[in-house]
Amino acid sequence: MPERSLPSSPPSIGPHLLSLSGMTKEKITSILDAAETFLDVGHQTVKKVPVLRGKTLVNLFYESSTRTRSSFEIAAKRLSADVINVTPSQSSVTKGESLSDTVRTIEALGADGIVIRHASSGAAAFVAERVNCHVVNGGDGCHEHPTQALLDLFTIRKKKGRIDGLSVAIVGDILHSRVARSNILALSAMGARIRLVAPPTLLPRGIEGWPVTIHHRLDRGIEGCDVVMALRLQLERASGGYIPSLSEYASLYGLSARVLERHAPEAVVLHPGPVNRGVEISGEEGFLNEVAILDQVEFGVSVRMAVLYLLMGGRPEEAALLSMPARGEGS
Amino acid sequence: MKEASGGNLLVRNVHLFDPSEGISKEGESLLVLEGRVASPGSSVPAGTPEIDGRGGLLCPGFVDLHAHFREPGFEYKETVASGSRAAAAGGFTSVCVMANTNPVNDNAAITRAILERAREVGLVRVFPIGAVTRGLEGAELSEMGALSEAGCIAFSDDGRPVSTALMLRRALEYSRLFGKPVIDHCEDMPLSNRGVMNEGTVSAELGLAGIPNASEEVSIARDLAVLELAGGHLHVAHLSTAGGVRLVREARRRHLRVTAETCPHYFSLTDEAVRCHGTHAKMNPPLRREEDRLAVIAGIRDGTIDAIATDHAPHAPHEKEQEFDRAPFGIIGLETAFSLSLELVRDGHITLSELMTLLSARPAEIFGLPHGSLRPGGLADLVLLDLEGEWEAGRPGYRSKSRNSPFTGRTMKGRVAATIVGGRVVFKESRP
Repeated sequence: MPERSLPSSPPSIGPHLLSLSGMTKEKITSILDAAETFLDVGHQTVKKVPVLRGKTLVNLFYESSTRTRSSFEIAAKRLSADVINVTPSQSSVTKGESLSDTVRTIEALGADGIVIRHASSGAAAFVAERVNCHVVNGGDGCHEHPTQALLDLFTIRKKKGRIDGLSVAIVGDILHSRVARSNILALSAMGARIRLVAPPTLLPRGIEGWPVTIHHRLDRGIEGCDVVMALRLQLERASGGYIPSLSEYASLYGLSARVLERHAPEAVVLHPGPVNRGVEISGEEGFLNEVAILDQVEFGVSVRMAVLYLLMGGRPEEAALLSMPARGEGS
Repeated sequence: MKEASGGNLLVRNVHLFDPSEGISKEGESLLVLEGRVASPGSSVPAGTPEIDGRGGLLCPGFVDLHAHFREPGFEYKETVASGSRAAAAGGFTSVCVMANTNPVNDNAAITRAILERAREVGLVRVFPIGAVTRGLEGAELSEMGALSEAGCIAFSDDGRPVSTALMLRRALEYSRLFGKPVIDHCEDMPLSNRGVMNEGTVSAELGLAGIPNASEEVSIARDLAVLELAGGHLHVAHLSTAGGVRLVREARRRHLRVTAETCPHYFSLTDEAVRCHGTHAKMNPPLRREEDRLAVIAGIRDGTIDAIATDHAPHAPHEKEQEFDRAPFGIIGLETAFSLSLELVRDGHITLSELMTLLSARPAEIFGLPHGSLRPGGLADLVLLDLEGEWEAGRPGYRSKSRNSPFTGRTMKGRVAATIVGGRVVFKESRP
């Protein structure tokens, strides 16, 4: 990592990363390019750069998450930031402190940035309206998960060399998926063609205007695709009546080596994890190794380093690239 | 309300406007004696208070069929006193208050307590609505006879729908004893499936759980079929969907005894408002699509919708300042209802006469309530309107204890200058 490309203490009062809505191709590309430079840091003996030295990042995770929380923590530590993990228990939310009070308290403790993971859609924007520090959306309800989509894009670019013009099939529970919403926004901004593959019960109403084509059958949906992105199916969807059973879902929408070989032999397979083996992706020997999950995890650290760097410590001109309007303006 | 001490009052320099009496006369004065409009030529007793109408429109006061005053039990949101002040400021002289208090208004003692508070406050006429079922639990009928005797003017489990078709059948049948309507919050709860806003393009984008239009329509269809079986008078609360308007319209053509209300937000906003107003645009039924907004206006135009009610639903700031899915449903509405409704006239959808009927004579008629009238001997429940006056909603504040409104900050044209109940001035705007 050449020092000249990463000034050690750049002044930057940056905005937030709440949503990929309105994010341009140029902005996304700048994040992916920055992530590329950070990839090397993970391969060095001393896996640290001093760009966020003296800054404090708070991981505020209202939902359990091993990989996203750890990924942000490692990313921030590699940038030399101090990291504090706050994990309010779900049960204390109703009787305990309000989200509004909690984030104001965290800010008062001296946080420079907050990564928020919350079960309520809109929670990240809610927090950003109430604090002056940087806010990164680590997943809010069924709304968005911007860093997951960015790391998916990064993985696609690594595997395919480009994103523009690729056909990407997103398979599974679109209705409840923040990963799908962020990916649809980012992939369409980058010029990919998006297909959604799901049973009608797991598709939202009101998506006529989305830049996607809808497929209900897996074989047709992934036919000739460059990328197949399987979504995690929350196991309670069966009891919620969205699907009759997990085994029926697996037989209709589960990805296997056989179905991919027949319909999308060139496809890179992505999954945000953790995988329900035998549900979204077949458990057959060897097949899971072909799925890019572990690459996604590794790239995720670099992408989150890039996001934190550009928001909290990057050069102002780079931070400006990320300057996006908060959701919900206008009208 | 101190009926016995109806006031004397002289209102000078007004345009008398009472479409249900065919009255429209400019440059007039109106004399009120002992709470009633005096006969022409009556002499003005010495010491009669006067107000200068400044050429404003003097009309019968507004009648709200649907408000939540939250007392007893939720006095931190609203009280009979603060709700009455908000009503008076909004031109309402009569307000029907819903039963979902704590304890629930499912027994005569609560009804009497509410009426006693309203009498002490002495601003507007308050008409309690009794619960259909004990504790709003949907299992056993409340004692409608006792409630009716104590002063309830209708029955509703509002906040939730009448639980089952059988319960609605019994309620409609039994309410025939008293000739009072059963008001239903029409929603199929399983179909709403814990939704928090309208299901459509906005909910899809925001990742918020949606309430489909069919949730209202299924429930109205059920209610109408039961009404045909049971008889009685069904009043559909806060109509919000095109399909709901269509169902009520068809039922009216078949001469079923169904009436309906809508609220200003359903003809003023769509679900797009959720993007910028957040939880202040969260109510149930939710703000719908533009097609629905236009269908509600069409329902107002053709008389399918009888009344504009407020569904005034105050909530404290700490309740609304939460994550969207956690915040309670409801917005306040008493202080903005008239100005928002006047936009229907400005936009050419209805005439001013029709608006006055929707806000006053018609709601009073369908619930059998007393209402103001400008004819000699008429009840002097009146509102003085300044149709051109501009104001900004919620500035400097609301009279309501709460301020959960998506209209705060909106510049409104047309305001309430004074409100008169039984000949006594209960609100007078302080002009700059």
